[in-house]
Amino acid sequence: MLESVLLTIATAATPLLIAAIGELVAERSGVLNLGVEGMMIMGAVTGFSVSLLSGSAWLGVVAAIVVGAAFALLFGFLTLTLVTNQVATGLALTLFGLGVSGMIGESFVGQPGMRLGVVDIPVLSDLPVVGRLVFGQDPLFYLSLLLTAGVAYFLFGTRAGLMLRAVGDNPASAHAQGISVIGIRYLAVMFGGACAGLAGAYLSLVYTPQWVENMTAGRGWIALALVVFASWRPWRVIAGAYLFGGVTIGQLHAQAIGVAIPSQMLSSLPYVATIVVLVVISQNRRLTMMNTPASLGRPFVPDR
Amino acid sequence: MKRTLTAMATAAVLGAVGAGAPVQAQEDPTKACFIYVGPIGDFGWTYQHHQGVLELEEEMGDAVETAYLESVPEGADAERALQRFARSGCDIIFTTSFGYMDATNEVAGRFPDIKFEHATGYKREHPNVATYNSRFYEGRYIQGVIAAATSETGEVGYIASFPIPEVVRGINAFMLGAKSVDPDFKIRVVWANTWFDPGKESDAAKALIDQGVDIITQHTDSTAPMQVAEERGIKAFGQASDMIEFGKETQLTAIVDDWGPYYIERVKAVRDGTWEQVDVWDGLADGHVVMAPYTNMPEDVKEMAADIEEKIRSGELHPFTGPINKQDGSAWLAEGEVASDEELLGMNFYVEGIDNQLPN
Repeated sequence: MLESVLLTIATAATPLLIAAIGELVAERSGVLNLGVEGMMIMGAVTGFSVSLLSGSAWLGVVAAIVVGAAFALLFGFLTLTLVTNQVATGLALTLFGLGVSGMIGESFVGQPGMRLGVVDIPVLSDLPVVGRLVFGQDPLFYLSLLLTAGVAYFLFGTRAGLMLRAVGDNPASAHAQGISVIGIRYLAVMFGGACAGLAGAYLSLVYTPQWVENMTAGRGWIALALVVFASWRPWRVIAGAYLFGGVTIGQLHAQAIGVAIPSQMLSSLPYVATIVVLVVISQNRRLTMMNTPASLGRPFVPDR
Repeated sequence: MKRTLTAMATAAVLGAVGAGAPVQAQEDPTKACFIYVGPIGDFGWTYQHHQGVLELEEEMGDAVETAYLESVPEGADAERALQRFARSGCDIIFTTSFGYMDATNEVAGRFPDIKFEHATGYKREHPNVATYNSRFYEGRYIQGVIAAATSETGEVGYIASFPIPEVVRGINAFMLGAKSVDPDFKIRVVWANTWFDPGKESDAAKALIDQGVDIITQHTDSTAPMQVAEERGIKAFGQASDMIEFGKETQLTAIVDDWGPYYIERVKAVRDGTWEQVDVWDGLADGHVVMAPYTNMPEDVKEMAADIEEKIRSGELHPFTGPINKQDGSAWLAEGEVASDEELLGMNFYVEGIDNQLPN
């Protein structure tokens, strides 16, 4: 019982974690991409259709990553090269993705999809309670944790990560030092898109292996909120994603048991919890300022 | 570039809205417009409405021009979508979700020359508003019978959307059907507070299964719960469309909505000038509600289900026939008394035997 609850929570949290960690990198470089939902749904439809047509779920995953990155490249071209407004372009990207995915996916509606198999480490996965949770999950679950660790190390443990943060905090001085601000921002945005695409593939290949229009149902927006929630620190994204997933699943269980609390109140709990934590975090002004990329959302045009 | 992109995106998202000038035939085509609460690719509620629209196009050919807006949120946005349709030359507008009720009546008052048809509601404040609905509860009663006859744990998990009369009525009908077989049958209800969110619906299904139910039924629109049930090796009922492809070993039956005949009838009436305000509520007898084949159950249960279906169709059996008590034990219907349509349409209480508390 406890084990299956924890498994359900992990499934609910993983796509949020993957998408949020990608967006975190993009925002650390100073680019606010509100198109996460759009890139995610493109990843979902690509992952589903490619795996169905090719017969390989992994090919679907790779295709979803590529398409997510390609969508982000489009966003990068508009906001970084043509210097359009990031907020408006991001919103347009979301609308665009939702529409295009519906069009592409039309012929796939009503077809059962492929499921990405689980990794099953023999013996260990039979351990009580934690067995399946730690040793018997889908591969993308492990990848999501590796991604987080990798991003945390990259941002705060490597020179390239320092450069990326410098670009996000003060692009002018980074530029003066000879760092290619635009180049780094392109890469960061594309990494974000690749992660969003992967998160989408998780939805259509692991979470609910099927294609239905609009199946992301707002998860891209939650991923965006999680980045702020985590105050742009990778490890805190895990905490946020699992807190959100835990409260979401917990309230469903509370309802199924028959806890006498109105269901509307229970349904709003994940959002209330998020707001409460945000308020608590923002109490410490200096810490917030320290972590927020100083030039987030501001365009940078290098003088030539 | 950006502007083109935004325009393209908006057009793509909102669906085809009155694509250009109508093709001039001998006579202008009648323009029928539809507002959907979900995407046409949900393979559930909205999908079935759209299938009805496709039937309409096939039947009437050049005599009809259709347009639709999908994923229109219930509330203020619906009013804007309705106004846009009303100004774009629609002759008749169908609004296909309960939550559009007030917006439909509001806009209908301002456009008296346009006909409005609201699905599953009960308000007709202007002569140009009609309502139509299907008696899905008939199918839910049959599902309850099947559930009680096949469940081993004696518990069913019910994934509900919003506590509106339509949904509450379905839960009650299901319970009454189940109680006719097993008086101690239990229903666990989880409110997802959404019509369509595959992830959340599948989580709800998992939570219910973890609590020990061995049959899942849903009043939300995606196929996700069916898939979870298949994965966990239990049984489930499909919703709105035949979901057998998602649960070959799992689906017991499904309540299938068939809106096509009604849409054809009503649009033809507009064309002939014979349209009148109506309050249509048809069920199994008229073919608006169709049961998907009974599968994955023993032969005797199949026969029992088919027998009940026939009795409902012939009018011999009405699911809401007394004696029925309300949840708190107070009497509602006396022996042999049948609930009136008004009572059914405004239903906001559980019948006896349901443990969950109805949110209000």
